[in-house]
Amino acid sequence: MNHIPEVIRTIPLEYYLYFSAALFSIGVIGVLTRRNAIVIFMCVELMLNAVNLLLTAFAAYRSDPNGQVFVFFIMAVAAAEVCVGLAIIVMIYRNLRSTDVQLLNHLKW
Amino acid sequence: MQEIVMPANRPEMALLCLLIPLLPFIGFALNGLGNRKLPKGLVGLIGCGTVLASFLISVYLFLDFTSSGSRPYTVDFYNWISVGSLQIGFSFLIDQLTLLMLLMVTGIGFLIHLYSAGYMSHDEGFGKFFSFLNLFMFSMLLLVMGSNYVMMFVGWEGVGLCSYLLIGFWNKNTNYNNAAKKAFIMNRIGDLGFLLGIFLIFITFGSVSYPQVFAEATRVAGVDTPVLIAITMLLFVGAMGKSAQIPLFTWLPDAMAGPTPVSALIHAATMVTAGIYMVVRSNVLFILAPTTLDVIAIIGLVTALVAATIGLAQNDIKKVLAYSTVSQLGFMFLALGVMAFSSSLFHVLTHAFFKALLFLGAGSVIHAMSNEQDIRNMGGLKKALPITFLTFLIGTLAISGIPPFAGFFSKDELLAHVYQHSTIMWAFGLLASFMTAFYMFRLLFLTFFGKFRGTEEQRHHLHESPAVMTIPLIVLAVLSTFGGFLGIPSVFGSNHIIGSYLSPLYNYAKGINATPFEPMHLSHETEYLLMGISVAVAIVAIIIAYVMYVKKETVPVSEDTPLSPVHNLVYNKYYIDEIYNNIIVRPLMWLSTAFYRFVDVVLVDGIVNGVGKFVTFSGRTLRYAQSGAIGFYVMVMVFSIVLILFLNFFIG
Amino acid sequence: MITALLLFWPALAALLVLLVKGQGAKRVAFIAALVEFAFALFAATSFVVDRTAPQFALSVPWVESAGISFSIGMDGISLLMVLLTTFLVPLIVLSSFKHDYKKPNAFYALILFMQTGLIGVFVAQDAFLFYFFWEVALIPVYFISAIWGGARRVAVTFKFFVYTIFGSFFMLAAFIYLYFQTAGTGVAAHSSDVNAFYQLALDSSTQSWIFWFLFLAFAIKMPVFPFHTWQPDTYTEAPTQATMLLSGIMLKMGIYGVLRWLLPVVPNGASQWLDVVLVLSIIGIIYGSIIAIRQRDLKRLIAYSSIAHVGLISAGIFSLTEQGLQGGVIQMLSHGINVVGLFFIIDIIFSRTKTREILNLGGITQSTPALSICFMILMLGSVALPLTNGFVGEFLLLSGVFQYNYVFGAVAGVTIILGAVYMLRMFQGVMFGTKSPETEVFADLTFNEKAVLIPLVIMVFWIGLFPNTFLDISEPAVFNLLNIIQRR
Repeated sequence: MNHIPEVIRTIPLEYYLYFSAALFSIGVIGVLTRRNAIVIFMCVELMLNAVNLLLTAFAAYRSDPNGQVFVFFIMAVAAAEVCVGLAIIVMIYRNLRSTDVQLLNHLKW
Repeated sequence: MQEIVMPANRPEMALLCLLIPLLPFIGFALNGLGNRKLPKGLVGLIGCGTVLASFLISVYLFLDFTSSGSRPYTVDFYNWISVGSLQIGFSFLIDQLTLLMLLMVTGIGFLIHLYSAGYMSHDEGFGKFFSFLNLFMFSMLLLVMGSNYVMMFVGWEGVGLCSYLLIGFWNKNTNYNNAAKKAFIMNRIGDLGFLLGIFLIFITFGSVSYPQVFAEATRVAGVDTPVLIAITMLLFVGAMGKSAQIPLFTWLPDAMAGPTPVSALIHAATMVTAGIYMVVRSNVLFILAPTTLDVIAIIGLVTALVAATIGLAQNDIKKVLAYSTVSQLGFMFLALGVMAFSSSLFHVLTHAFFKALLFLGAGSVIHAMSNEQDIRNMGGLKKALPITFLTFLIGTLAISGIPPFAGFFSKDELLAHVYQHSTIMWAFGLLASFMTAFYMFRLLFLTFFGKFRGTEEQRHHLHESPAVMTIPLIVLAVLSTFGGFLGIPSVFGSNHIIGSYLSPLYNYAKGINATPFEPMHLSHETEYLLMGISVAVAIVAIIIAYVMYVKKETVPVSEDTPLSPVHNLVYNKYYIDEIYNNIIVRPLMWLSTAFYRFVDVVLVDGIVNGVGKFVTFSGRTLRYAQSGAIGFYVMVMVFSIVLILFLNFFIG
Repeated sequence: MITALLLFWPALAALLVLLVKGQGAKRVAFIAALVEFAFALFAATSFVVDRTAPQFALSVPWVESAGISFSIGMDGISLLMVLLTTFLVPLIVLSSFKHDYKKPNAFYALILFMQTGLIGVFVAQDAFLFYFFWEVALIPVYFISAIWGGARRVAVTFKFFVYTIFGSFFMLAAFIYLYFQTAGTGVAAHSSDVNAFYQLALDSSTQSWIFWFLFLAFAIKMPVFPFHTWQPDTYTEAPTQATMLLSGIMLKMGIYGVLRWLLPVVPNGASQWLDVVLVLSIIGIIYGSIIAIRQRDLKRLIAYSSIAHVGLISAGIFSLTEQGLQGGVIQMLSHGINVVGLFFIIDIIFSRTKTREILNLGGITQSTPALSICFMILMLGSVALPLTNGFVGEFLLLSGVFQYNYVFGAVAGVTIILGAVYMLRMFQGVMFGTKSPETEVFADLTFNEKAVLIPLVIMVFWIGLFPNTFLDISEPAVFNLLNIIQRR
């Protein structure tokens, strides 16, 4: 049984970079283009996970556990965020009967 | 200026010196604070008594001074302002000039105070009047006693203030108030010149106290250097304002709005001669600047002529006297311009006697005529006012230069000096003197001769003034008659008392240029001739006046009759007031409104408000970027981040 | 310690006044202000005149790691300013006795609170402390004006507030820059002490822009032309007590700032711009005077005259001569006294006739000897008649400007003519002439009003007759200042 970092190192670092860049871009584009709040939310999660992936990869390559610790941290924060965020979305849905963010433009001028 | 000795062991002299101005000040304070509460008798007593005491102390100081070797001394009280090298002491200088002025100011001042006690007795502002009069004495005494230019300036402005207060004494009348304001402001124009002169003196000589300035001036300054011309011209601007010389003379005739004793004291006998005092005091500086002296002579002569011509056509008894004052002051400056300092001062003295007399006489007439001042409505007052008439006649003879009255000696001596300097100036001076004799006798004849032209009511009310008013008249008449003997010219083989008394004043000046202080170079024949001519001219003028106003009984035409152009021009004082009004006052008023309405509110504040408006406008415009659509915000954010990263990697 | 007492007593008293219900607050405030004045007098008696270093100094670390300390003390100039402040505040409080302002406790607490700010400005020996008090002094007067002012109070005071804050931020920026140039002592890398600022050696282009940053703040406060437009509106709209505080004391903050924080800190920068500043000041003198001539509203007239007077003070100070600086110091006292007196008299007239328009007034002098005398004396002080306080100041200031440049001196001197023009015109319109319907019935001064005016009148003559009492106090400090300026 190999250590996880060793397993991770079996794939070249560049691949992780390309992959997480792709994931992140998908997330960004999703946030920018989609109107459904839940989809936007998922895209944000996608971006977070892209970062997590990168952190893990670098931690393994540089033999620095801080990166992995940070990943746990982010996961915890993301979980909390999901709680609050989903609650807000539910409330919005109850009020507007929709999750379309384009309708939420009252906070202006 | 002579060497100054300090009174080392005579503190009582310091006290006496202090009391001279302080007593009138105490009178001012008592009468001012007790205004409307003190009885009139007490007010008059305080007012006159303090001035009399000052006069007596002045006499004592004078006797003490002459008996102890005529050595000038200063009395230092305390350091008034001291900043770095600028040290201004509150101190007095006692010398020949100061003492002469002291005697004149307090002596005539007392007589006029006494007269006022009668003249103003019916006025509700009796206490106020005496307190202002005493304040004037205080300021005038500071002016002549101060031992440095700043002290002189203190008195200088102080008398200006009192003049303001007293011209506008009856302050319910807006015209009087305007006259008072005009006097103060015109004086202030001169004062600015004086003030700048003081600054320049301080910068040039490092001090403002007379002894140091004069010593330094003789030591370092060359003759007619620009800085000396500047200093003396600036000082002369001050003198122009105070002594009503062209172009700053129009306030003096207007100043006649004040009660008549005020006109006599301030606007004839004392305050207006402060300019001459200042020039005589600074004779060292002026001797060093012949250019300025030429200017002074010309301005003096022009003023004498212009004022005399205006005097020919005036119908207000006080206005005639006012223009004659301006004209006489012009004579005095003419004398200063030809470096006849003592003669000028001699004329100041005799003028104080006869002009105070004339004004008080005029006051007596006005009093009798129930405040009528127009000579067209007078006439034939000779019988009703015998004492006033007689004294007024003496004053008129004196001012016209008929021997042996005071004016003859002083004016003659003055004109002789002018003759020595320039024949043309003398000729013009003679012309002015001719006009003086004419309009003064015109005034006399119209007032006291012929038929009474006033209303029945006035005729009924005619009365000779009470003794408290006639006694000063008589005293002044005596002085006007014999005052001239103080300066009998040397041709008559007698000693010129004033001249020799004042001569130590010019010790420094003699060191620079002794010529003006030597006895006159004229031959005796010339001198007799000059006297003869001026007396003859005066007599001719009197005869013409007699023929016109007594024989033919001409009365000046009333207001609404059209006049010939020349007469009209002179009658309206060459429209100088109108000219000033149009070229100075109105533009200033216009500028004030323009500055306020347009520059301040629209331009300067407009820019300030413009900045505010720009911010508001920007906010109002940019808020549309705040659309509320989250997607838009996020997009902007992403693009911005990309842009920053891009710039960071590829540019920076 | 006395400095700290002077500084904090009004603030404490302000809290006390807040607790008082009803119109009793004015009495408590008055007593507190008098006590403060007693402290200041005590400080003055134990002040050693011929010493240049700040006395009664107190320095407590404030932000120790940054080299910022709570450092206070008084030299001659500070002492005179503190005396002026503590002398005027009781009179200002007393002058309001006839008014029944709503929420009196807040009103008087704010006045006292402002006093702390003002004293703080004058005693601060640390740049950031100075800045702190500079802003502290602004807030109370803003509220006084905005709550108890006239009809247009909100817009006008808002402009005043924003305008002065705008200037202050430039000052703060300059202070921060200067702070980073200083060498610190001990733990801190930098120091914001006044002496650390005085020891800076900056190149002339830096000094030049620092000069403008600082000057902007002070010029707005004074105010110097063309930064003056907040002032006439604010003076007119603010309640009289606020106007007195603003004109009597607060504008001296600007002048004091120039003396303490501008000239010695960037002397080279100042010398580059002397001509410009003098020209601006002199324009202010002439411009303010000319505008004052035709003003109809008494308060606005005095406001414009104040611009002229301050212009002269500023011109004299920037002449950098001993006469000019000393004249500036003495004129700050004189102007404070005269302007407070004049505004109070306007308040008296307004409270009796309900008008401040000169055209509606007239003939008041016929029934009011006491008011006439006081008004006349204060007016004469204001037109610089010799033996009143105004003369000493204007004489020294003009002599300073004249020494700097003859032409400037001559033009600035026109103020004595124009001053007479607008003051006499005002006095004549208000006091002389015939009575108008508004002034038909006009009572003379009450006891309270006399109690305010008589001390002011006494001071007019005291400064006029014995200016050396005050000139001696400030002389070593001014001399020291000139030394610092010339040394660098």
